[in-house]
Amino acid sequence: MAAKEKPPKEPMPPINVWLAPVALGWLVPGGGHFLLKRTGRAALLCASVTCMFVLGLLMRGAMFKPQSGDILTVLINWGGFIGDIASGLLYLLTTWLGYSQPDMPGAVHDYGSKFLVTAGLLNILVMVDAYEIAGGRKS
Amino acid sequence: MPKMNLSHFEASFLFAVFSSVVLGVVSKRTDKERLNYGLYVFGCFLAALFGIGWLMYFGHG
Repeated sequence: MAAKEKPPKEPMPPINVWLAPVALGWLVPGGGHFLLKRTGRAALLCASVTCMFVLGLLMRGAMFKPQSGDILTVLINWGGFIGDIASGLLYLLTTWLGYSQPDMPGAVHDYGSKFLVTAGLLNILVMVDAYEIAGGRKS
Repeated sequence: MPKMNLSHFEASFLFAVFSSVVLGVVSKRTDKERLNYGLYVFGCFLAALFGIGWLMYFGHG
């Protein structure tokens, strides 16, 4: 049986093409798309990620802090922390303005934490999309 | 800042709405495909929400 040939790997676009949209996309959700003149998509992405983050705050979700300990503790807290900071300016403003909700039992608090982390994870997807558009792989 | 108290359904529904919008917008190449995929993902979220909800209800006895 003939082995399937792998399609040739696309070369990485030059850094000066994608750095600004990706960096702006991290700082302001949808900012990279605004910079690339995809305003409709940018507005939708900005609204969705921001609404999710704000709902997380309103539900008093806890922000994760990096912790050491057993592997599960490290994974959960570092993963959550990365998810939180991926929201960019939303996270930075929130922490600078003194938001420090302790981790408390309760379904609403728990949903809030998940909303905050998911907002950041969705913003990572938005940044990847901005990278692909800037590199000419998507329209 | 006021605290928002949402039910499980309300929180899951809002989660599904915003996640579906982002997944729909970033995943496909044309606007029609984006809309269809966003609706499909939203439907999957709702199916999982009701399916797992009933599963827990019956599993709990």
